[in-house]
Amino acid sequence: MPTITIDDVEIEVEGGLTVLQACELQGKEIPRFCYHERLSVAGNCRMCLVEMDRSPKPIASCAMPVGEGMIIRTNTEMVKKAREGVMEFLLINHPLDCPICDQGGECDLQDQAMAYGFDKSRYLENKRAVKDKYLGPLVSTIMTRCIHCTRCIRFAQEIAGVPELGATGRGENMEVGTYIEKALTSELSGNIVDLCPVGALTSKPYAFNARSWELEKTESIDVMDAIGSNIRVDTRGSEVMRILPRNNDNVNEEWISDKTRHACDGLKRQRLDRPYLRKNGTLTPVNWPEIISVVAQKLSNTNGKKMAAIAGNLSDCESMVALKDLMTSVGCNNLDCRQDNGAVGDVRASYIFNSTIAGIDQADAILIIGCNPRWEAPVLNARIRRRYLTGQLNIGLIGTKLDLTYKYQHLGDDPGSIDDLLAGSSEFSQILKKADRPMVILGSGAVARLDGAVILFKVRQLAEKFEMISDGWNGFNLLQSAASRVGGLDLGFKPNNNSTLDTLGILKAASSDKLDLIYLLGADEIDASKLGNAFVVYQGHHGDTGAQRADAILPGAAYTEKNATYVNTEGRVQRASMATLPLGDAKEDWSIIRAISGSMANPLPYDTIAQVRQRMIEINPVFSSIDEIADIEWGIFGKDGTIDRETFEPAIENFYMTDTISRASITMAECTATANGDVFAEVVSDD
Amino acid sequence: MLKDKDRIFTNIYGHHDAYLAGARSRGDWDDTKTLLGRGRDTIIEEIKASGLRGRGGAGFSTGLKWSFMPKEITDRPHYLVVNADEGEPGTCKDREIMRHEPHKLIEGCLISSFAMGAHAAYIYVRGEFYRETEALQRAIDEAYENSLIGANASGSGWDFDLYVHRGGGAYICGEETALIESLEGKKGQPRLKPPFPANAGLYGCPTTVNNVESIAVVPEILRRGSNWFAGFGRPNNTGTKLFNISGHIEQPCTVEEEMSIPLKELINKHAGGVVGGWDNLLAIIPGGASVPLLPKAICDTVLMDFDSLRDVQSGLGTAAIMVMNKSTDIIAAIARLSAFYKHESCGQCTPCREGTGWMSRMMNRMVNGEANIEEIDLLDHVTRQVEGHTICALGDAAAWPVQGLIRHFRPEIEQRINDAKKQSVAA
Repeated sequence: MPTITIDDVEIEVEGGLTVLQACELQGKEIPRFCYHERLSVAGNCRMCLVEMDRSPKPIASCAMPVGEGMIIRTNTEMVKKAREGVMEFLLINHPLDCPICDQGGECDLQDQAMAYGFDKSRYLENKRAVKDKYLGPLVSTIMTRCIHCTRCIRFAQEIAGVPELGATGRGENMEVGTYIEKALTSELSGNIVDLCPVGALTSKPYAFNARSWELEKTESIDVMDAIGSNIRVDTRGSEVMRILPRNNDNVNEEWISDKTRHACDGLKRQRLDRPYLRKNGTLTPVNWPEIISVVAQKLSNTNGKKMAAIAGNLSDCESMVALKDLMTSVGCNNLDCRQDNGAVGDVRASYIFNSTIAGIDQADAILIIGCNPRWEAPVLNARIRRRYLTGQLNIGLIGTKLDLTYKYQHLGDDPGSIDDLLAGSSEFSQILKKADRPMVILGSGAVARLDGAVILFKVRQLAEKFEMISDGWNGFNLLQSAASRVGGLDLGFKPNNNSTLDTLGILKAASSDKLDLIYLLGADEIDASKLGNAFVVYQGHHGDTGAQRADAILPGAAYTEKNATYVNTEGRVQRASMATLPLGDAKEDWSIIRAISGSMANPLPYDTIAQVRQRMIEINPVFSSIDEIADIEWGIFGKDGTIDRETFEPAIENFYMTDTISRASITMAECTATANGDVFAEVVSDD
Repeated sequence: MLKDKDRIFTNIYGHHDAYLAGARSRGDWDDTKTLLGRGRDTIIEEIKASGLRGRGGAGFSTGLKWSFMPKEITDRPHYLVVNADEGEPGTCKDREIMRHEPHKLIEGCLISSFAMGAHAAYIYVRGEFYRETEALQRAIDEAYENSLIGANASGSGWDFDLYVHRGGGAYICGEETALIESLEGKKGQPRLKPPFPANAGLYGCPTTVNNVESIAVVPEILRRGSNWFAGFGRPNNTGTKLFNISGHIEQPCTVEEEMSIPLKELINKHAGGVVGGWDNLLAIIPGGASVPLLPKAICDTVLMDFDSLRDVQSGLGTAAIMVMNKSTDIIAAIARLSAFYKHESCGQCTPCREGTGWMSRMMNRMVNGEANIEEIDLLDHVTRQVEGHTICALGDAAAWPVQGLIRHFRPEIEQRINDAKKQSVAA
């Protein structure tokens, strides 16, 4: 460990650190624009210059590795002058349009100009003007503001894995762009807006909508996929203005997908803001007491065996536990939280991402089966790519051939290739055999097939055969794509024995009119035409397929409007916070169910959210520790049989539209159109 | 004055056959095997002892640079890269070597590569040098045909391949790390140092980048001995050197002379003197566009070597001497250089990208006196904000000519500004 002296204080730091990092450890603030801890070092902005002993010139601290006996000074006249000089150069061609710039208030250039710049301009020449570039429906460009830090270029190249951005031209004519005008094809493109230290890249959907200082900031959890990305919800009044990532090294680091970031305009459209009851075939607005008494009566008067409940992909744990308790209290055990009928549920290890997301960093062989991680979990895919870039990682894919942003060996299109691996006949089985930390990532779509249980069985065998489960390492991973799934299974929101119905059974029974009441908790991804004559109660926040079919609509809260618990694909219990109040007459979901039970014979035994959470812990102790991953045991799961050699179908057909919120989002519609090659998409929606 | 027998480049004017037969008659490829037989360490020691300093401009000891290469060759191959991207304004020495003495360069490549443990060398030739590339390639083909290079080069047992790569026409690609980037097929932008090329250069492997002239003189130094070479010039500034003399002189020329020759003697003996006589001299840029100019008073006595020119706040650079007599608009001349650096800045790092444009625009105004007297100080301040704050030396190169102008010709600039003010008042 080298010892270095920073501003006359001697400290010992880890070898391999840069001078900038060492200075930060010492509590010295070093200004920077191009340096970013998650990107490669560019060293081009020259803002981080510091003085080093025996060097006549100041050095770029971001690029200089620490060395034994180095003497660094960060507060000398030389350093001050260097910073002032660089600051002045950055500003001479930067437009003075801060009052109309969306970055205003959260601009690195503004902040650092305050701290390190001159107080007036000495530049008398004309400023440079640069033509704006088109980067798609999410990123707006005002390229005159660009300071050429190349963070966006490095992000696209290194993290997103789409080398579409670059610099053309030389000297002051250098311009950042896509060479040939085109929309970025990354699912992570919105992150370059966060990375841009100035207002050159700003959010297109958010353009001129708000100022950062007038926004209320609420830390919360995302539900657009099962990663549970940590987010910050920025609201003004009752409106969600934007969603930004929060750093969590174990989950999403500091990235979020474009859907997480930009689907929030869907929260303002197609909303269910008051209760409705179907009267004479027409959905009619009613008040809460009326709808509650109708639903309570129906529930009380229907045979439990002839009722069922399905929880959707965005449901929170509190509402699921309340609904489960409500349904079982009237003798109904036909419950399922797996709209896709995935063949997982009994053993916890079978339905979570056991290696953990951070565990990807340690893997040395990854086998992906029936999964498109780039769409099902873009942030996790970026983590695989980062691991891939550090080298010595073999990746195999069984399923549809896709550009996953890293190279892999394509082992086959259908589950038959799993048998080949089990037989040890393929080349990749040698790789798995030799690997110290092999991983298999099974897609949620793969277990949702009719032969899902068999596939699950075979993949478990695979994991055991190649010794993927050892002390401190579990290489079996099921990548969920729905935010509610792990939580629902943890709470046992599923059939409890063979005589009760799962989603498939419920739909089958309902279509032949064997069910009288079906309670849909935000379940919109089922075939609503198969619900037969049953009385359908729909509780949710968007008027989608479920609400259309419903006989009673209970308006619930979207994920930004409630304090709720979600369990991500790793089994990590996380809490989302209420950023705005539920829309109109809508209520927090668990309290609606509690209110219904209040009009029935046996009210649910909880009145506060704390009591609901206590009940969750009673059912499953994993809910007692927040943001942690409980140790779990390996078990026996899946069902032996023969597999269907049908090709794996992608679990997601359109990345941008997977749930009621993103389907209601204009931005996501534009992204869909752009991705489909419709170049006029944005022009049409401009009004 | 250098005697003919002591000249290394005896065909620099192309009066004789440039190719193999001619080259052999001048002593090239004479028992190269024995030269290589001396061993890697001996060759490097010999070059160190000769005092050869890099001829590309920075003047770093060539032998010392070679010795930075790892001693052991691991799984990462070593490379020699020859910088033939001769784009420094006023400089035309490497061009002559490639045209008329290509075999000196090729033999030099073999010997230096051997000394550094490189089995492959790349010559990165400036894109505009089309004929030079042809000549070089023809000579390389000859060398391959005669087994001078290739497998078992010159019968030495050392396998050696030599490739020519043409650049795309960017001045910055003459900077060694930008050259490596360009050679790898990327945009020519200098890399951050450390790591230095000797650790991680071309394709991340140990690499040494040398100027054409530095490499081309190596065989002759080994044949005649380091003492012979070290016998020319002053201590620490030894050897012979190709000088390019251009501008207001009677006979522009490229000439090989002894290091440390007085500037005045060099011009008078070889270039036929300054147009209008020595007293008509205004200023000289002694080492290519990147070094500060010298007014006549200094030119009277200064010696043409690294240390002597450094002492007068200029530099030897590439030893391209640009002579300007009193008919020159010295402000316009330096403004033209500023425009050049603005055009050639790669745009990667802030001070150079923004600073070169600012300096150039101010200089353009100064030419017509459209400025305030205070702006001279501002201009000087801007050059110092660029100098030493950039990734590569282009920032320094852009700053120094302007600094030189202000240092030596401030009264002229003030005069220009005052005249313009008077004129505008009169009008």
